[in-house]
Amino acid sequence: MAEIKNYTLNFGPQHPAAHGVLRLVTELDGEVVEKCDPHIGLLHRGTEKLFEHKTYLQNLPYFDRFDYVSMMANEHAYALAVEKMLGITAPERAQYIRVMFAELTRILNHCMWLGAVALDIGAMTVFLYCFREREDIFDFYEAVSGARMHASYFRPGGVTKDLPEGLLEKIEAFTETFPVYVDEYETLLTENRIWKQRNVDIGVVDREAALAWGFSGPMIRGSGVEWDLRKTQPYDVYDRLDFDIPVGVTGDCYDRYLVRVEEMRQSNKIIKQCIDWLAANPGPVKIDDYKLTNPPRAKMKDDMEALIHHFRYFSEGFDVPAGEVYAAVEHPKGEFGVYLVSDGSNKPYRMKVRASGFAHIEALDYMCRGHMVADVVAILGTQDIVFGEVDR
Amino acid sequence: MTDETVTEDKLHDDISAVHEPAWPADVTALQAKFGDDVQEIEQGLDCVCVTLARGAIVEACHYLKDTQAYEQVMDICGVDMSDYPGHAAEAPRFEVVYHLLSVSENKRLRLKVLAGERDLVDSVTEVWPTANWYEREVFDLYGVIFNHHPDLRRILTDYGFEGYPLRKDFPLTGRVEMFFDEAQWRCVYRPNKVENRELVQKSWPEGERG
Repeated sequence: MAEIKNYTLNFGPQHPAAHGVLRLVTELDGEVVEKCDPHIGLLHRGTEKLFEHKTYLQNLPYFDRFDYVSMMANEHAYALAVEKMLGITAPERAQYIRVMFAELTRILNHCMWLGAVALDIGAMTVFLYCFREREDIFDFYEAVSGARMHASYFRPGGVTKDLPEGLLEKIEAFTETFPVYVDEYETLLTENRIWKQRNVDIGVVDREAALAWGFSGPMIRGSGVEWDLRKTQPYDVYDRLDFDIPVGVTGDCYDRYLVRVEEMRQSNKIIKQCIDWLAANPGPVKIDDYKLTNPPRAKMKDDMEALIHHFRYFSEGFDVPAGEVYAAVEHPKGEFGVYLVSDGSNKPYRMKVRASGFAHIEALDYMCRGHMVADVVAILGTQDIVFGEVDR
Repeated sequence: MTDETVTEDKLHDDISAVHEPAWPADVTALQAKFGDDVQEIEQGLDCVCVTLARGAIVEACHYLKDTQAYEQVMDICGVDMSDYPGHAAEAPRFEVVYHLLSVSENKRLRLKVLAGERDLVDSVTEVWPTANWYEREVFDLYGVIFNHHPDLRRILTDYGFEGYPLRKDFPLTGRVEMFFDEAQWRCVYRPNKVENRELVQKSWPEGERG
């Protein structure tokens, strides 16, 4: 009888289906995965070390670069953490703007995810369709912040600027057509024979395993756990909005796909509600404590004190009382948390970012065992990994 | 601020919350079970924070998971306290912070364990498999060693990295830099000469701010 040997396959770090820089050392028996060991850290930039040397305002743009396909959702967690420490609440209008953009970001993220995963599995068209909608959302990003991706729009205490004139109408037009676009994606995929063959019963995670492996977001909801921080631990104005949480049944890749598609529709619904409220309620978009936000330009022209506040805010920053806080948001990928330890100065003493992808990719070994090599790509895709947040 | 939060929590609780102390039932149960191993209980801005004796962490986590419905550990991270204002030189240098989450009862809890440079912290991987990588990260960045960990390797830093980058005595610029050596036709490391620049100095408020 011939001798049977395990075969070790190195996948990545430069592989188009590795979603960035993942090195995966897999041990194969024929084409069946026996073990896989993800090597992460190839995109490690030491952001948490940099945090300790930057003021609270300078730290904000780093958050865009964590999960670089859902920028504002990252900023949201940071803004909430600092606000909790300072004991301030953003004005209502700012909260609505933040929720609206957080949901636009969710669509942005899920579009990227759907396009990339479909491409990995072999469906080219979906990728092109999804990127069409992403362009529209990038335009909204640009309109409020000037940047198409790394916006730095949310600030502790509100948002940088109010919405420019005419933007709400544009977003409204987008929300009118977007459900049609989602129908298009679904036409291409949901009942597609190849898509189903590649996804149904692949990477099944049951409820207990999903909890034990620290899953969150669509990954845990796909396994049938009704858990969404927007509902269970609402922040900003989520408790005033009407939306549903889709939950999967079997916990396979196909369920997670359905959950994410439905989340896009629900996000659209939330955005519509925010537009209605924002159109009817003008008001301030950041708190008026000029020690914690910058004063308006007009005020600086004739007020010496405003000028001083402006200078101090942008040079030395503001001090945050000593203490610690953990603030988490329902990021498109799962729970994105910021654990902030302050020593009372103008820089964080320690800031740890809890990235959902870190826990998900850790479970890759658990999810891949017994599957074929080709399924590794499908499973990696369903986890929605972005290395900016995994490696930090 | 803290006082306000406490009062709010009291309102949210029920009539029994009038009595002191107002800790949630699971924390009281933990205290009753582990006695002196529960070193400190503190009401944080977001959730209760319990400091545990180093030896009790695994048992306490088992207890919290099995009887108090904390099914998930969301985060484990290290903190180097050596630079913290008022930190005594002989006090343990590191804190290992665990953030627990209960999905079924919708509550959070923060656990803390103090560890000196030579202390071993027991791994909670047997309680939650996801702790594996989080502990690897704490080891990688701070050099805290976890006892009974199945696979304690570096995780985020480069292959062959030396030192623990998030310790306060590790320079922001790092100790080595990598460049491509034309002569050897490969990447090599050399000690870096980058000077550590601090663009904005760290400052504390002097009395009243403003």
